[in-house]
Amino acid sequence: MKTLLELSAIRHAYGQQRVVNDLSLTLGKGIIGCLLGPSGCGKTTVLRCIAGFEPVSAGKILLNGTVLSSSSVMTPPERRHIGMVFQDYALFPHLSVVDNIGFGLHSMQKGERSARIAEMLKTVGLADSAKKYPHQLSGGQQQRVALARALAPRPELLLLDEPFSNLDVSLRGRLSLEVRDILKSQNATAILVTHDQDEAFAIADEIGVMHHGEIQQWDTAYNLYHKPANRFVANFIGEGVFLPGKMLARQQVEIELGTLAGDIPHQCAPDCRLCQEGNVVDVLIRPDDIVHDDASPVQAKVMQKAFRGADILYTLQLPGGSTALSLVPSHHNHAIGEKIGIRLEAEHVVAFSQTAP
Amino acid sequence: MEAGTEPEKGIGTTDSQGTRKGFFSLPTLSRHASRGWRLIPLLVAALVLIPVGTVVSSLFTPAGEVWQHLAETTLPDLLANTFWLALGVLAGVTLLGVSLAWFTAVCEFPGRQFFSWALLLPFAMPAYVTAFVALGLFDYIGPVQTTLREWFGPDLFWFPNVRSRTGVIIVMILAFYPYVYLLARNAFLTQGKRSLEAAQSLGLSRTQGFFKVALPMARPWIAGGAMLALMETLADFGTVAVFNYDTFTTAIYKAWFAMFSLPAASQLASLLIVIVFAMIILEQQFRSQMRYAEIRQSARAHLITLSGWQKWGVTGFASATLFFAFLLPVAQLGIWATRVFARDFDQRYLEFLWHSLLLSGFAVLLTCSVALLMVYAARRQPGRATRAAVRISTLGYALPGTVLAVGIFIPIAWLDNQLSEMAMQLFHMETGLLIQGTLATMLIAYMTRFLAVSYSPIDSAMQRITSSIDEAAMGLGLSGWSMLRRIHLPMLRSGVFTAATLVFVDVMKEMPITLMTRPFGWDTLAVRIFEMTSEGEWEQAALPAVALVLAGLLPLIFFMRQSEK
Repeated sequence: MKTLLELSAIRHAYGQQRVVNDLSLTLGKGIIGCLLGPSGCGKTTVLRCIAGFEPVSAGKILLNGTVLSSSSVMTPPERRHIGMVFQDYALFPHLSVVDNIGFGLHSMQKGERSARIAEMLKTVGLADSAKKYPHQLSGGQQQRVALARALAPRPELLLLDEPFSNLDVSLRGRLSLEVRDILKSQNATAILVTHDQDEAFAIADEIGVMHHGEIQQWDTAYNLYHKPANRFVANFIGEGVFLPGKMLARQQVEIELGTLAGDIPHQCAPDCRLCQEGNVVDVLIRPDDIVHDDASPVQAKVMQKAFRGADILYTLQLPGGSTALSLVPSHHNHAIGEKIGIRLEAEHVVAFSQTAP
Repeated sequence: MEAGTEPEKGIGTTDSQGTRKGFFSLPTLSRHASRGWRLIPLLVAALVLIPVGTVVSSLFTPAGEVWQHLAETTLPDLLANTFWLALGVLAGVTLLGVSLAWFTAVCEFPGRQFFSWALLLPFAMPAYVTAFVALGLFDYIGPVQTTLREWFGPDLFWFPNVRSRTGVIIVMILAFYPYVYLLARNAFLTQGKRSLEAAQSLGLSRTQGFFKVALPMARPWIAGGAMLALMETLADFGTVAVFNYDTFTTAIYKAWFAMFSLPAASQLASLLIVIVFAMIILEQQFRSQMRYAEIRQSARAHLITLSGWQKWGVTGFASATLFFAFLLPVAQLGIWATRVFARDFDQRYLEFLWHSLLLSGFAVLLTCSVALLMVYAARRQPGRATRAAVRISTLGYALPGTVLAVGIFIPIAWLDNQLSEMAMQLFHMETGLLIQGTLATMLIAYMTRFLAVSYSPIDSAMQRITSSIDEAAMGLGLSGWSMLRRIHLPMLRSGVFTAATLVFVDVMKEMPITLMTRPFGWDTLAVRIFEMTSEGEWEQAALPAVALVLAGLLPLIFFMRQSEK
């Protein structure tokens, strides 16, 4: 796959505070990437650096092998061929939907221009609202206009800054899948910024979890959940608890609930001391690693329960006193304080040394 | 979902028919009395409509000889003068206001933060003060031309004539550009940068983005500011009087006080009011567009960095504006005032000051009380009639003082005659004139003109007291006076204070109403300035002008403090 975008060790600071810290990533053509992280982690700044609204103090940003930003180069945003969907959409209130979408098509012939506008209107399903003005549209419609406007000039790369944060929750899920379809139908390469993992999972092919201006792990959604590279990623993605465990062998670890065998954490290099026999480690246990089994001799006390429709998420107190989570089909409805039988059923072992970050 | 929250909302505020009572009930007012609230806006609206109706009706009454004479001799000049003045000021304030707003809102240049607020300072200068200072400085016998003659010989043919149409236009541009500046800057600050970024990501340079995006988006604000400046221009009396540049306002004054023809004055006023109404309709149009164009303020983008000569050019431009619109006039006033201080700061000056303060104080009291009542009325009895009445009542700000003076004087004179005739017939008493030439006439006129000035800050303070605040207070056991004392008054305080400051300063500066309806011998600072400047005594006009400028700085300081928060 051809690399479209490359960030190599870029750095950005507001005054004394360094917001982006030697961050690198590469994005292949046609891929939808995502920067996922809590607010203040620097993800929007990275996006604005790529767009050319912020300079980089070190490192390089390359598009198709051409340097756009470095400590000495700064291509102005209007010459980057990078589209952007803003968090507040930034639609032009004095222009109709058609004129908003056609805004970036100033170099096209008239006929070509209106054909492209019509195509974009159809793509985002707003053909009926062509003559309307932004204030006459719903939030979801405004979002689609913003997307169509950014995609219309066929940018090399599309940036989306928290594109769904202004929409209500029920709309978010539907629209994020729709946006993915639109992007794929246009063969677009895109980077999305969000703090919402469901959104990231729904849209992106590859996700980078960001913290303190650095990418902690760049991977698929599956790997982020099942093979987190560090404690931050393990905590940030999904739910789970850490239970102390003791290494029995290279591929065996014993925790309170039993012995786990399976893949050694993928980042464990041959010379790492983590998996040496006798080492004490923290083992990540996800709610789906603990199943409810009435026949099991291990009994845990229900401390809290959260009903989620198909499942109930139980917070359990294990016999040894530590806490764990368990996702149980919701017809197993137990009261708080009740003791239920549980069994360990994990396919991967994710363990961190107790001193590791 | 809505159905679910409804019963909760209704607690304590739903009566047996299920309709909601007023948010707030004074204990002394029964439900029936509360209907009386509706009368207040209607009464005030009538108070505005009477002078307007009086003046407009003279459009259709047969005109007298004086009018015939005026129509044949001076009317074409008046129209031409007014037209060119309006056009010139409109173009000037738009160019100056928009460019300064753009630079201070979006570009980085030395002194940007200072100029952001300093460029509002000319708001403190009444236009007629700038006018007489400009004449005093740049006229033939003024210090500038005198000095130049010493250097270049007696023949200064190249020096432009200050006492000209261009002179008036420039003075008014310097006095009124802050309206456009303030509104346009607000628009650029809230939307300019983010939409510029959007335009850039679509391939436009920042300059192209300014013309294609920022400017069209800010158009309602720019036009709104320009309309305000235009209304001030049309209403202006003092500046054109200083320049002897005849417009409708000075013609109305002369028809009344020099030709003693109230009908002719009224006829002229009716023409002016037609023009003003056209402006009002336009302004309301822009205002409604503003609502649609409104965008939430988003995170700030970087300011545009200008190249070396560009940024110093902008600094120079802003400095020049500030210098001519504020610093130079203030400095000159200071020089003149210190020169005449020993002689002029006497009993009479204190009397002018006392009259100004007294009038402004009374006007503040009256105007703010009426505004408060109106705001409560609009809250308690919202409805189409109330809304319309509030709208009409606040239109008075657009009426030029000269028009208002004529429109109020005529019905009051009529009422006076009726009263004295009645007294004569009933009690065989010679009462003379009861209302005419009393402070009451002036105060009514001020109230009509400045109600909008006090209404809007009080109203926006009231908007912040949402119905859920009232309901929360009720839920905690507050009602009636305790609600008023513990919730409403503290929350309205800053709004009322703003309103009072603004009205106070406006009445201090007001010239035509004061001049035309004051009781005999009741001279104020503004009247004194008018008298001195009409004789070309600039130095003697300076001392009262200093007091007005100082007063004018008050609301500005207050406003800047607030916007810093």
